[in-house]
Amino acid sequence: MSATADGTQPRSLWADAWATLRANHAATIAFWLLVLLTAAVLIGPLLLPFSYEQTDWDNIAGAPSLASGHPFGTDSLGRDLLVRTLWGGRISLLVAVVATTVSLVIGVTYGALAGYLGGRVDQMMMRLVDVLYALPFLFLVILLMVLFGRNLVLIFVAIGAINWLDMARIVRGQALALRNREFIEAARAGGVPTGRIIRRHIVPNLLGVVVVYVTLTIPQVILVESVLSFLGLGVQEPMTSWGALVNEGAQELETAWWMIVFPSLFLATTLFCCNFLGDGLRDALDPRARDGR
Amino acid sequence: MLRFTLQRLLTGIPTLLVLVAGAFFLMRAAPGGPFDRERDLPPEIEANLRRAYHLDEPLLQQFLHYLGNLLRGDFGPSLQYRDFSVSELIRAGFPVSLHIGALAMLLALLIGVAAGTWAALRQNSAGDHVVMAAAMTGISIPNFVMAPLLVLLVAVGLGWLPAGGYGGGAWRHLVLPVTTLALPQVAYLARLSRASMIEVLASPFIRTARAQGLGLGTILLRHALRPALLPVVSYLGPATAAVITGSVVIEQIFGLPGIGRFFITGALNRDYTLVMGVVVFYGVLILLCNFLVDLVYGFLDPRTRQPG
Repeated sequence: MSATADGTQPRSLWADAWATLRANHAATIAFWLLVLLTAAVLIGPLLLPFSYEQTDWDNIAGAPSLASGHPFGTDSLGRDLLVRTLWGGRISLLVAVVATTVSLVIGVTYGALAGYLGGRVDQMMMRLVDVLYALPFLFLVILLMVLFGRNLVLIFVAIGAINWLDMARIVRGQALALRNREFIEAARAGGVPTGRIIRRHIVPNLLGVVVVYVTLTIPQVILVESVLSFLGLGVQEPMTSWGALVNEGAQELETAWWMIVFPSLFLATTLFCCNFLGDGLRDALDPRARDGR
Repeated sequence: MLRFTLQRLLTGIPTLLVLVAGAFFLMRAAPGGPFDRERDLPPEIEANLRRAYHLDEPLLQQFLHYLGNLLRGDFGPSLQYRDFSVSELIRAGFPVSLHIGALAMLLALLIGVAAGTWAALRQNSAGDHVVMAAAMTGISIPNFVMAPLLVLLVAVGLGWLPAGGYGGGAWRHLVLPVTTLALPQVAYLARLSRASMIEVLASPFIRTARAQGLGLGTILLRHALRPALLPVVSYLGPATAAVITGSVVIEQIFGLPGIGRFFITGALNRDYTLVMGVVVFYGVLILLCNFLVDLVYGFLDPRTRQPG
């Protein structure tokens, strides 16, 4: 990879990664689809003439039709399905931001500390992660939710607080490899305090893997939220989410196919794109990483 | 091997203790109690109820009490289903959950590994791309979306299979739940076994075997399969957890009388003992599976048996 010998410019990790990602057509398409979806979800409800809780009395459980002004149809209470689907997307976007940030902060802090400190502390900390790994974690989120009540943001924080284990493991492995490198040793010899070494020297060098695992965490947390809403344990009426919409659709399966098809389509597309983008980023940023889990 | 087994068994105990303690104190910290109804109970009756279920004792004593009962296999009475103990409910639901879960795991292993190996032999061909795209789709479509869509297509549209119910375990009732439960795992295992098979097939000992003129079947079965299965085996622990979690959703959708149904009803009704019982029961089950996976791994890969 020493490009300077033949006179070409040395490329940074990020420029290199961006080029690799651009060459991966599936990941590029996934990226732009996600941008499009995000824009639609954010701007769409502002432009449409219906609100997510407004009943159109002339169109109860109406089939999709452009003439009635409901391109996705309406649900059994006459609410416009397009607006509700877009609102469900907003909830998914919110969970993606809040829960992923929580898992990012906990996971990186925990993993970097364990990896950098090493030795017995590391062993104890990772033993705890192993213990938590063995728990069926949807059950734990349900327990936490019973504890916190049905507050939306708190549910999301709970999902993130459960979902940091993978991140901690990956970060710890990287930090463990970094702690014996010369520049860390130099910082230590120069008397830089531990907290500052972790913040200024360890964490910036972890960003590559962290970015990859953030893109892979997002579909996971979206999925957990929609499973909870599907079971009736998440977002409450009249607010909605893709999971709740799929649940309503599943109950009207034989009479109103559109109620399940459109929300499912949005949810599946989002998860599909996130997974493809995550895979592409992993290939781009972490050439040693193998395919798989 | 014996030392390794014992060591693995012993490390499970603290994990189990943390699990039980965590679930117990979390549940007790939650606001609201099991006797909160729309109609208030007279205080004397509520006091009697609390005494009967030991809810008036200090928290630590309650915990020790619960732990003692657990050791004797007694999960206590269900607070919601008054006439049943939690053990009875678990015993009633477990055969159904096990039946579906075991079939799904078996299906996932067979099809997942076969598809992964098949794709690995044709790396970067059209067939490989098709299998991997299908696997990505399987991972991306959650089972609570897949299940109603399959019901819509196969049960409602074509009328081939019943849309729900257990039917005493008749195969016609099992096809859809088992398929939807297995699909994400098929997808994961296919990706996993493809990646590890590609790596193994590129290693020198396979080249040697090939140079000696061995047939493809012999190379695959006698030489490549065992090392290639290692990541697959270590994924079986998380896979068990995923299947158990998935079964909660699947049982809800298809109306199957398994443990997952009891768990959701229990969570909605704040049935402490039932929720605790199910969490502990599943926790033990997952730990047991992880233990078995470790043993199989030690058997497949002698290096992990070394102490230290």
